[in-house]
Amino acid sequence: MQADVLIPLWQDLVREAASRGERIRIHSGNSKAPWWAAAQHSGADTAEHTLDVTLLSGITHFEPTELVITARAGTPLAEIEAALAEHRQFLPFEPPHFARASGGQATLGGMVASAMSGPARISAGGVRDYVLGATLLNGKGEVLRFGGEVMKNVAGFDVSRLLCGSLGSLGVILDVSLKILPMAVAETSLRFAMTQDEAIARCNAWAAQPLPLNASAWLPDRSAGTGKGVLTLRLRGAQAAVQAACAKLGGERLADTDAAAFWTALREQTLPWFTPTWPGDSQAALWRLSLPTTAPALDLSGTQLVEWFGGQRWLISAAPASIILEATRQAGGHATRFRGGDARAPAFEPTQATLLRIQRQIKTAFDPHGVFPTLF
Amino acid sequence: MNAPLQPELAARAARQAEVVAALSAAVPPHILLWQPEEVTPYECDGLSAYRRKPLVVALPETEAQVAAVLKACHRLNVPVVARGAGTGLSGGALPNEDGVLLALARFNRIKRIDPIARTATVECGVRNLAISEAAAPHGLFYAPDPSSQIACTIGGNIAENSGGVHCLKYGLTVHNVLQVRGYTVEGEPLTIGSLACDCPGPDLLAAVIGSEGMLMVVTEVTVKLLPKPVLARCIMASFDDLRKAGDAVAAIIAAGIIPAGLEMMDQPMTVAAEAFVHAGYDLEAKAILLCESDGTPEEVEEEIGRMTAVLSRCGATALKCSESEAERLRFWSGRKNAFPATGRISPDYYCMDGTIPRKRVADMLEAIQGMEGKYGLRCVNVFHAGDGNLHPLILFDANQPGELHRAEAFGAEILETSVAMGGTVTGEHGVGFEKINAMCVQFSPEEREQFFALRRAFDPGETLNPGKQIPTHARCAEYGKMHVRGGLLPFPDLPRF
Repeated sequence: MQADVLIPLWQDLVREAASRGERIRIHSGNSKAPWWAAAQHSGADTAEHTLDVTLLSGITHFEPTELVITARAGTPLAEIEAALAEHRQFLPFEPPHFARASGGQATLGGMVASAMSGPARISAGGVRDYVLGATLLNGKGEVLRFGGEVMKNVAGFDVSRLLCGSLGSLGVILDVSLKILPMAVAETSLRFAMTQDEAIARCNAWAAQPLPLNASAWLPDRSAGTGKGVLTLRLRGAQAAVQAACAKLGGERLADTDAAAFWTALREQTLPWFTPTWPGDSQAALWRLSLPTTAPALDLSGTQLVEWFGGQRWLISAAPASIILEATRQAGGHATRFRGGDARAPAFEPTQATLLRIQRQIKTAFDPHGVFPTLF
Repeated sequence: MNAPLQPELAARAARQAEVVAALSAAVPPHILLWQPEEVTPYECDGLSAYRRKPLVVALPETEAQVAAVLKACHRLNVPVVARGAGTGLSGGALPNEDGVLLALARFNRIKRIDPIARTATVECGVRNLAISEAAAPHGLFYAPDPSSQIACTIGGNIAENSGGVHCLKYGLTVHNVLQVRGYTVEGEPLTIGSLACDCPGPDLLAAVIGSEGMLMVVTEVTVKLLPKPVLARCIMASFDDLRKAGDAVAAIIAAGIIPAGLEMMDQPMTVAAEAFVHAGYDLEAKAILLCESDGTPEEVEEEIGRMTAVLSRCGATALKCSESEAERLRFWSGRKNAFPATGRISPDYYCMDGTIPRKRVADMLEAIQGMEGKYGLRCVNVFHAGDGNLHPLILFDANQPGELHRAEAFGAEILETSVAMGGTVTGEHGVGFEKINAMCVQFSPEEREQFFALRRAFDPGETLNPGKQIPTHARCAEYGKMHVRGGLLPFPDLPRF
């Protein structure tokens, strides 16, 4: 359906829902559905209406020399990535699609609403670092445009970046403008046997040097013994820089095709690590721990996979939520239950009281009638 | 004719006495200034065309004093305007006549450099350049480098989301900050962001950065530090045509190169800069580009080779690559001193800050040339070409009747042209007080109301830096009435605002 027909219909829907005190569940390609449902405290499962963002699809403006692409929120990420690849450009933050894991199809709007980034996030920045502008349908049924298609823009509060991580709580994202970058000339992945603590220490030490580090992943290696593991490191940049870094860092070099398959499987959570088969894990949940990169390995039951030089750690554990939340908070970060586990437990930890009050007031500022789901 | 003002002056004096008394009960008296001669140095920021004296200047020395000032002001419903070094170019720290100016320059301690985590935690009054200087022994630096970096504070950078000549590659303030700590308008402590990569929920850190002191008062900032590039080299390219230079900028990007810096100056600017710093600029060129590469020596060599090929193909009439750090800094010296150099050729200048798509750079320069005739004023141009962020400097003499207003109308037309070309009224200097009318052009009434609603989520009484950044409906209605097509105001000599 044409955007100029669809958007007024959605505006009417929002206004009517607001006037009747009804709620709307927003969905797009459903690729992140399990986590999405876990993250939304209320409104998602009891909403009277659903709003399917995939109806609003298509790239509306792409000029490679401007390093900007604008597309409607329901545009499949795959379509955007293919259009960029034709010009040797890409989304440097490598957003996950979760297509195979979920059976859904990742879209631009869901990418921004979830603010999920892939392995390169630690060096290249996250979704929020590449959002330049967005159009929002707020809870009053108003269509509002924030930011724009230029690299630098400080006119007004940065609402388009505020929407990153909003999970539909502030309104329906209708379109998004993103900064894009040229693909790197060279790329190589290296592998090293080491423990989790060694991997975290080495990654942070290397990151303080002018090396073209792009991504890291440490996985446990049960065959090598308790606590043992393998660090995979990806270098990206100019040919000369990658070659010099390989010589300096050592390690075992992966074949390019194996490396590409590994990083994709990591991003898409299709590595075998994400579907453990040992007994007694049926009650286990997959947790995402967001931590300062230098936080030491957390002593929690289960198994951990460490990305982003230590900044993002995946945990499969049957430990009680309270223990995981507390351990992560003690280490200076936060944990979210990503998949599985007790669906009644909150996915987000409670935040500081003043911040919680402001978060709720922001929600009200955009959605005064509570049409859209609530996070906090 | 001043007689009717007397009751107002008396009311202001009474209000001042009330605020001074309330603050004196909360903080040591030596941190408060309110005598006219004491507050005069604070009456403007880097945009000196606008001046106002605040009721009181508070110079807190501790966070407890910041909280106490905020609590007292909140109780009395007194506006609070935070100020760093006062180098801002949009009047963001212009005092409120009925308010307290919270001068935070004394918060100048670097609290922690963590070379392993690659972070620096500093107080808000620490100068931008001081962070990089403190990080240098560890081989690290703080990337955003506004031209005022020797003086401007990180707190001011947070308020404005400051950029700099290297932000094409390294990003703006919003890309290089992990966490801010400070106080709400009620004086309650508040931390936004985290030492981890992200926080649950909407990205509040992005909302606070660039909020021009309207959401909270920031007292401490944790920034990311990056490994210092081993080498940087800069190419200076001359062009005999503005359009060719503009096209070369797009061609570099199209070739898949992200330079560390990509700056352009037009001929009047290079002439002014050359006379000031003797950088060795090509005075015959209609435009020059400064194109920088940084990284390891191998990387730089590879990239400089690619940049040189593109610039030659685009018709550069001369190319010179810096052979030493001294020469590189000399190339940059004119660019970094563009503003003072302009100050030497004109009694006053008015700096604009619009951003447009890169491909429109030549169109914009031609449009500005047309406006020079229309307003009878000259304009020199320097800009962050890689970002499409323009800094036209409109030359005028405030002592000549009508010139300031013509300069303002000239500037307003440049900003409206920026919006019409798909850009924005401000790329990095902020809206502040100066560009508040231009916001009426860029945003609809509903969008502006949404900004106000977001502001009230942090500051329900709207007392943090009121009257800045977001125009009220009444103000836009007034501007619309005065506003004749093309930015020409009727009665241009009539004092306004």
